[in-house]
Amino acid sequence: MDFEKISSIPPFSLGKEEKEKMLTKRLSELTEFHRKNCPEYGRMLKSIGYDEKEVRSYKDLPFLPVRLFKELDLKSVPEEEVVKTMTSSGTSGQAVSRIFLDKDTSANQQKTMVKIVSEFTGSSRMPMIIIDCPGVIKNRAMFSARGAGILGFSIFGSKRIYALDDDMKLDVGGLREFLEKYKGQKILLFGFTFMIWQFFYKELLRLKEEGITFDLSDGILIHGGGWKKLISEAVSHDRFHADLKDICGIEHIHDYYGMVEQTGCIYMECECGHLHSSIYSDIIIRRGSDFSEAPAGEPGIIQVVSTIPESYPGHSLLTEDEGVVLGEDDCPCGRKGKYVKILGRLKEAEIRGCSDTYAAK
Amino acid sequence: MSNREKYNKAFIDSLELEEDQLEGLTYQGVPSWDSVGHMGLISELEDAFDIQFETDDIVDFNSYDKGIELLKKYDIEIE
Repeated sequence: MDFEKISSIPPFSLGKEEKEKMLTKRLSELTEFHRKNCPEYGRMLKSIGYDEKEVRSYKDLPFLPVRLFKELDLKSVPEEEVVKTMTSSGTSGQAVSRIFLDKDTSANQQKTMVKIVSEFTGSSRMPMIIIDCPGVIKNRAMFSARGAGILGFSIFGSKRIYALDDDMKLDVGGLREFLEKYKGQKILLFGFTFMIWQFFYKELLRLKEEGITFDLSDGILIHGGGWKKLISEAVSHDRFHADLKDICGIEHIHDYYGMVEQTGCIYMECECGHLHSSIYSDIIIRRGSDFSEAPAGEPGIIQVVSTIPESYPGHSLLTEDEGVVLGEDDCPCGRKGKYVKILGRLKEAEIRGCSDTYAAK
Repeated sequence: MSNREKYNKAFIDSLELEEDQLEGLTYQGVPSWDSVGHMGLISELEDAFDIQFETDDIVDFNSYDKGIELLKKYDIEIE
């Protein structure tokens, strides 16, 4: 089952059984492909006594700890086919993951991401405000997770502006001019959660005292990168929404969960506040005690599977995040698939969220 | 300027290429046509022809020839 076929299925259209059948087929094939093409992966499967005949569901497939991509250069294609290397957002001193992409995997990531996000924003492109600094995409061959996120979402921007300069200062004049020019149009805003709060919200708050305000009530804000830093400032999800609405009128706000090791397959927050898994990927919650699957409602360690990765063996990974499945196929928003809540980083795991890297500098 | 000249100029300017590199060119075929270069190329073409691509077409735009085919949807003929 090739990815082309999977990507022709609408992202939230399959019920539990159909999805399980499709994922089992594709992910078993990927396991076999990586076993043959990535020597380290092949040896790992051998050492755990992996036997594909025992696989009844994709839930039975082995998973690698994400940490492994920091320690080993894992790839399933020859070096000369690697067109892009992505790195996770570790701060200096921390090891970073290195993810190797060939043409196909890279193109499939972008294609998938567009399909998922279009279900929330519509497929038409909008003037876009990137709440970050342009310096983030400077080194083109080595993308940080932040750069990859910005670039991935840029496809939705018909015209784009970076709201911050390289010193992370809000470009008030540029922003005003941009909003004036595209007045009356739906505007897309994108950024990382902590940076939006620290360098956008707080600056808007300060400007308001000087009598300078912005109207973003026609805006749709997509943000990701984790809440860890905001929780330490006692900013909850609800406060984030309420305060942003209060300061600039923005009401449509979607969080997303994703990681550089499985770029493309993001989990977008719907109108009901739930993060949704598309048919291209899934989340399985594992119990810390024995790695068995936890039922809906029981928190545990998040395993992610993705149908995209061909150039590196990252189709089934155990993250260092904690989460809980809230339900499946029955979210009031109408989208099928599991919907989840992310509870944060596992205790003792290192800081690594995109929006936390700036904080830790 | 003919449409062909405009089309070529967008590639040459945004991806810093020479005219003779364009024939048979594919996405990721030269270092400058990566995902950053791609968005620059798209903007350049949108300005040159005063159109706005749909997201699917930006994703499908993976070669010099494919772009010519996609532009037909926007009533742009590259002779």
